[in-house]
Amino acid sequence: MKLVSQLANWRFWIMGGLLCTLPISLIWHLANLQVMPNNDRGFEFLQSEGEARTLRSELLQGYRGVITDRNGELLAVSTPVKTVYANPQLLDPAQHDQLAAALDMTSAKLRERIRLYANKQFVYLARHLPPHEADKILSQGFKGVSAEIEYRRFYPAGEVTAHVVGFTDINDEGQEGVELAFEKYLAGTVGYKRVLKDLKGNIVREDGILKAPMSGSDLSLSIDLRLQYLAYRELKSAVAKQGAKSGSVVIMDVDSGEILAMVNQPSYNPNDRAVIDVNQLRNRALTDVFEPGSTMKPFTVMAALETGKYDADYTINTSPGYVMVGKKALLDPVDYGVMSLTKIITKSSQVGITKLALDLGVDPIRDLFYRVGLGQGTGIGFPGESIGSLPSRNRWHPIEVANLAFGYGLNVNAVQLAQAYTLIASGGEFKNASLIKNQQSASFDRVVDESIAKTITDMLKTVPQKGGTATRAQVEAYPVAGKTGTAHKVGSEGYVQDKHTALFAGFAPANNPRLVAVVIINEPSDGHYYGGEAAAPVFAQIIDGALKVLRVPPKRNVALAANVITRGVQ
Amino acid sequence: MKITSQDFVRRLPDSNVQFARGPAWSHRLRVDPILLLLLLVITCFGLAVLYSASGQNELMLRRQGIFFIIAYSAMFITAQLDLQMLRRWSVWLYLVGIILLIAVLLIGVGAKGAKRWVSLGFIRFQPSEILKIAVPVMMAAYFSARRLPPSLADVLMSLVIVLTPGVLIFLQPDLGTAILISTSGLIVLFMAGLQWRYIFGSLAMVGASIWPMWHFIMKDYQKQRVLTLLDPEADKLGAGWNIIQSKTAIGSGGLPGKGLFNGTQSQLDFLPESHTDFIIAVMAEELGLYGVLMLLALYLLVVARGLIIAFAARNMFNRLLAASITLTFFVYVFVNVGMVAGMLPVVGVPLPLVSLGGTSIVTLLTGFGLLMAIATDPKNTSVS
Repeated sequence: MKLVSQLANWRFWIMGGLLCTLPISLIWHLANLQVMPNNDRGFEFLQSEGEARTLRSELLQGYRGVITDRNGELLAVSTPVKTVYANPQLLDPAQHDQLAAALDMTSAKLRERIRLYANKQFVYLARHLPPHEADKILSQGFKGVSAEIEYRRFYPAGEVTAHVVGFTDINDEGQEGVELAFEKYLAGTVGYKRVLKDLKGNIVREDGILKAPMSGSDLSLSIDLRLQYLAYRELKSAVAKQGAKSGSVVIMDVDSGEILAMVNQPSYNPNDRAVIDVNQLRNRALTDVFEPGSTMKPFTVMAALETGKYDADYTINTSPGYVMVGKKALLDPVDYGVMSLTKIITKSSQVGITKLALDLGVDPIRDLFYRVGLGQGTGIGFPGESIGSLPSRNRWHPIEVANLAFGYGLNVNAVQLAQAYTLIASGGEFKNASLIKNQQSASFDRVVDESIAKTITDMLKTVPQKGGTATRAQVEAYPVAGKTGTAHKVGSEGYVQDKHTALFAGFAPANNPRLVAVVIINEPSDGHYYGGEAAAPVFAQIIDGALKVLRVPPKRNVALAANVITRGVQ
Repeated sequence: MKITSQDFVRRLPDSNVQFARGPAWSHRLRVDPILLLLLLVITCFGLAVLYSASGQNELMLRRQGIFFIIAYSAMFITAQLDLQMLRRWSVWLYLVGIILLIAVLLIGVGAKGAKRWVSLGFIRFQPSEILKIAVPVMMAAYFSARRLPPSLADVLMSLVIVLTPGVLIFLQPDLGTAILISTSGLIVLFMAGLQWRYIFGSLAMVGASIWPMWHFIMKDYQKQRVLTLLDPEADKLGAGWNIIQSKTAIGSGGLPGKGLFNGTQSQLDFLPESHTDFIIAVMAEELGLYGVLMLLALYLLVVARGLIIAFAARNMFNRLLAASITLTFFVYVFVNVGMVAGMLPVVGVPLPLVSLGGTSIVTLLTGFGLLMAIATDPKNTSVS
């Protein structure tokens, strides 16, 4: 009993007390961490801290809408690709060489990249890889390396539609063309999903979608890919053959004002933009303006006809083949003598149009030019469109009036010119150009009297005929109407003698117009710089091919052609 | 036929059958069944938590299982020991341990700047594990042969016995083990009847020595641990990381927990040392406060059983040894859980029977073997 008395005294109680109080304090502490509410650093705080470590919102890319031509041919489509990225904190330096080899980059380059991002949690290693290549890299099990799905834009028609469609950057945002103009419409909205990530950043579990991504809307362009290809092919070969600096072709549908083709040279491959020259990026048909030259003469005549004082047979004496306006002599190639207004258009007489304009005065001319859409935006909504200029003066010198009458001193773009000729072809209705299918209003404003438009059409029909300035615009199967133009280019010191813009604007079939086409060949260098030589043949090739593609019945052998079509259907 | 009540008169059989029960099977095997049952339950509990904490790593589970088999075998073997013989040989056990500790400092191997292992070519082991047994045995043996309460000379002698291995282990450096081993010896000193004046005197000395300790003795990483304890937020990504992460894991569990294998902090590698020292945080996250309370209850039952054995012991050596083993076990649990919960500084103390670890489990169960030997000591009579 001595032992008991020795140990079972105060020592026992202290022991017992410690054995009770220490666990209780421990449990109190744990309970504070785990279940006590309203505690500054309590479980609510700790749980949110825990979730902050593991739960992440992952971006879900919305699918970008496809762009198609008017017949549903794909012009821009998003394909899933994989982007490989890494958390630099977790990369194993011993694996750098191996990783560099897998990524197909030099070891030094990879190390440099990792060094730059050494303090960060995220670095792109390779973007937009084909999924199987990304999977191959991931399968080697590098620490800290992951991949995510992104969409990459692919342009099946490549350089043919490059200027119209444009392209997106690596983040799938539109940078040029329709991709930029309709960015909001095409772009999907991003969504988010909740994922559980471990310390290495690997996704362990997907916890459901917080916000579903929305696909962007699909867009049907007014472009007809068949005509686009045709126009592109002809333009490209013409520009190459003539050693021209650049060129554009615009084809418009007379009924709707929709643009069926819009091509330029030089172009680029939007699928491989590593070697693009900025010079190639411009959609010249809209961004570049030029002086329209003689292609404006029909509109000067139109302004004259509108006054009611003139008709197609009104004659002007152009002898002796030149006219003095102030101190400047304006020349015709030869002395055409007395000419009707029709003849003036057929021969593109400088003297005739000058005398008409001076007789008419500037106001009706400028007013008409404005009404056919020159000096105004086309409303096409294309980025970087240049609206050109239509001068407005308080006092016009006679030479300025004459210049305006034959298309100098004002600037237009190819689409504006096409719009103006569509007005003639459609019997006087103004139709805004459109790049989007079925967006046009049902009725159009009548700007010019129908009979006047018909009269101008009749005049334009004579241009490709024998004796006209553009016999090479003639095609066998369809009657065409149109007008040549040749403008000196403007350099730093006024007009440059040996640099020209060769133009042809016209439509076909002349008696029931379906298509308007404008051809611009910029600075041809093979010596043939007249619109009738450089641009008219290109127009002929394009308009003939385009009408056949659209199965417009040719003027001759109509029965035979109809027969072919019927058989074709069978 | 009429049955009378006399036909059913009970009577004892006419034989000399012994009714006094002989020693129970467990007593003959020298096993304390209650303690064994508690230990087995904790072991199973611990294996389940370890399996989860290791990310369902079966290899790790199997390794731990093998260590448990070895450790339980060691426990049974130890339980067969003649305690009086152990008492006589305690000095030699103690001295071998001290020599090995000196060897560690001279030719030891280890990692991260700490030398804790002695390599015998075919096997490596930590001599400090021997001292975990040898110090309480030595202290119990020392005081069982002295008149109690101890004289000043005895107290000083016992301090030498305790602090020699303590300092040697501290120099490895392994602060956690040094503290635990010293504690196991000091418990014996305390239980042997240390007078108040010595207790207050030493407390005053410890208080006075804190300043020179801090400035001259403690290594930077040890200071860091104390500072981290005081303000874990100060160095979130460095020294405070462990504590913040373990607190986060514990708090995330709440009352019911997220379910075994469902903890995010532990399973996704955010919790460092999740299968060794910080394993209780895994459990707190996955099994919640309920799970932690259950485990702590089991531990306290073990402690209670150990104290009952200590008080039932009839001689001083047995009683001091049993009390020391039991209370050291209690300190183990308290220090580990307190450290993970952010109450105590981070010292490397595993959670007994749950944390992954080889030799420490064997040592621990060897200690329980001694406890069982005391519980079933056939010479359980008072020697004094």
